[in-house]
Amino acid sequence: MKHNVPLRSLKVGQRATVTAVDAAGEMGRRIRDMGLIPGCQLEVVGRAPLRDPVALRLGGFTLTLRNNEADHIQVEII
Amino acid sequence: MAYSLHAALAGNPNSGKSTVFNALTGSRQHVGNYPGITVEKKDGVAKLADKTVHITDLPGAYSLTAYSQEELVARKVLVEERPDVVINILDAGALSRNLYLTVQLLEMGVPLVLGLNMLDELPAKGISIDIKRLGALLKTPTIGTVARNKEGLDELLTSACEVAVKYKGQAWNPITISYGNDLDPVIEEMTALITQNNFLTTKYPARWTAIKYLEADEEILSAGRAENPEVAGKLEELYEKVARHLKTTLDTYPEAVIADYRYGFISSIVRNGVVTQRDELARRASLSDKIDTVLTNTFVGPLIMIGIVYLIYKLTFLLGEAPLGYLEDFFAWLGEAVGNSLGEGVLSSLLVDGVIGGVGAVLGFAPLIMVIFILVAILEDSGYMARMAYMLDRIFRYFGLHGNTVMPFIISGGIAGGCAVPGVMATRTLRSPKEKLASILTAPLFACGAKLPVFLLICAVFFPEHADMVMFMITISAWILALLVAKLLRSTVLRGESTPFVMELPPYRMPTFKGVLLHMWERTWAYIRKAGTIILAVTIIIWAGLSYPELPQDIIDTYDTQRKQIETQLPDADEASLEEALADVDNEQALAALRNSYAGRLGVTLEPISEYAGFNWRVNLALIGGFAAKEVVVSTLGTAYSLGDVDPEEAESLQNQIKADSSWNIATGISFIIFVLIYAPCFPTLAVIKQESASWGWMIFATVFNTVLAFLLAVAAYQILYRVLVL
Repeated sequence: MKHNVPLRSLKVGQRATVTAVDAAGEMGRRIRDMGLIPGCQLEVVGRAPLRDPVALRLGGFTLTLRNNEADHIQVEII
Repeated sequence: MAYSLHAALAGNPNSGKSTVFNALTGSRQHVGNYPGITVEKKDGVAKLADKTVHITDLPGAYSLTAYSQEELVARKVLVEERPDVVINILDAGALSRNLYLTVQLLEMGVPLVLGLNMLDELPAKGISIDIKRLGALLKTPTIGTVARNKEGLDELLTSACEVAVKYKGQAWNPITISYGNDLDPVIEEMTALITQNNFLTTKYPARWTAIKYLEADEEILSAGRAENPEVAGKLEELYEKVARHLKTTLDTYPEAVIADYRYGFISSIVRNGVVTQRDELARRASLSDKIDTVLTNTFVGPLIMIGIVYLIYKLTFLLGEAPLGYLEDFFAWLGEAVGNSLGEGVLSSLLVDGVIGGVGAVLGFAPLIMVIFILVAILEDSGYMARMAYMLDRIFRYFGLHGNTVMPFIISGGIAGGCAVPGVMATRTLRSPKEKLASILTAPLFACGAKLPVFLLICAVFFPEHADMVMFMITISAWILALLVAKLLRSTVLRGESTPFVMELPPYRMPTFKGVLLHMWERTWAYIRKAGTIILAVTIIIWAGLSYPELPQDIIDTYDTQRKQIETQLPDADEASLEEALADVDNEQALAALRNSYAGRLGVTLEPISEYAGFNWRVNLALIGGFAAKEVVVSTLGTAYSLGDVDPEEAESLQNQIKADSSWNIATGISFIIFVLIYAPCFPTLAVIKQESASWGWMIFATVFNTVLAFLLAVAAYQILYRVLVL
């Protein structure tokens, strides 16, 4: 069964596909410029010592994101 | 045929673009600033057989949307300077994301050549790329390169020259990407409207402008309103209409749809036999990921970070100390040589005490600064600095700052011995203006190299056994204070947005020797240049303040009489004691002259206020000098204790004077340290604050706020400690 969960809830090592990005304005632009768009696959590769920000592996590179920024992104766990 | 042409180098941050630029231009490059803003402008010249290629290194950008100043600048150079060819460097390992910029360049239609860089890293990632096919599908010459080994660079440059010649004098040739059933009709309508009215068409291709309207690009919107308000109004109306439609039907924004289709276009190319990858996410961890499991580990990560910072601190002093000594000796020798050849007089005093003393004090620190900047450049180029930002972001954010503030703080003296001038410049990576200002205003609170001699002097007097410990405490206090002040500013005068932390964690890479040296030199040069300009002017003013007005002739006469008396009274005494007695008179006279000077009078005038912090007029005098540059605090204090010039490194006699002076005690010492740490940034730093904040107001704020804060804290510390420790 497939269902959407917020990106924030993923654990380190989990992989997922982005289903929706609900961010407008500057942050939305930045998120899209970095390739975080619906359909893109990612893996959570780490969390900073204070559990925030989170490090994501996308095709060929690693991206960091704060939890409150990750809240704009819905994913489907693979 | 010999000719010269203009190429622009474009690419994502971390794509190896700088390495390509350095390899192509060697030392024939020039770093400056774009007028009015603080993005670096790098130009260089490359030679290829009989051709001369002028290369502009555009700021690193992920996109040509208007997210950052870098991206705006990149766009502006392309549009306004119209380079003959654009060389787009891509990280082959993250091809899709890098092509996002390429697609936007193709949509502008600039003559383009692609350099597919870091090919050597592909096998480890389990990727292979059909370069020919990629070039054919994009209809753009594409060359594989490994910039670190200069592989493929000649070919890239040759290809760029060919393209430049081929398209010379022709209009740009934009490609057309479909943006789907919702947007395509609107784009058509807008393009027609734009073409009919020649709306911005001298600068931008019509379709490109239409797409920017749909992306709600602020810069283009305001350029449009200025060009033709009527057409701009119609375009904005069309945008509003389609935006409402998308919101109600698909719950999305035109911008998002455009990004989706661009990525769709990219994946249609990448999946068309260009990239072969064993696994979409390359499951097996790369070396970089393995390193990260240790270096950013919850428990070990912070410990290693502290260890690295401590190592830098140690190395800086270990490597920087010897050259520091040589330079000081050199300036002392130079001062003496000039003094001897000119004899006594105003000019000699100005040159020796003013110019050589002041500028020498600043240049003397250059070796220490160079060492710390080499180490910082290694941290940066290896990719570790990004990890520090990542680990510290949560803490910094609590205080209203950003993980990236860690770099300006460290450069400014976060590990003792930096310089706030390049530190303030390093705040450029911050997007939110308020966040940037908070970082700019707090960076000068650290224990920079110039403040260290002051601290060392006080430690030697009051804490001879625990100097190391006290220095460590000062560094820690500086951090706590900077964070608290940032929190205060961010919740009062600088309340506002924070910069997103959507950032790339670049893979760990071995820094190149050349890259590190270039980085170091850019920052050191910023420091030295200030010494040659502002500090020179300021030292002359300070010198004048300390030298004028001269003592009235009748007082000078009394000292002359005293000298004569000594000479006659002690005819039988041995030469040594005679000279000593004469030197005492000289020093007394120097002290009287100092007290009589403008600066001395100011010091005396301020005494009733400064007494609350435990400072006598001599200390005031030294602190007044320190407004210009903290380097002069110790030497002015030496003068104020009539010791003649004092070498900050060997200030033993000054230590003894302070010990003997009953107005100094442990509470004064600590209060003095606190005041010097916090009060007004030095003049060169103020100049950079003015430049980076583009405002005189913030520069004045930094001076007044820091001085008031320093005074309040110094008074509090003195009043409490005096009662607890001294009484």
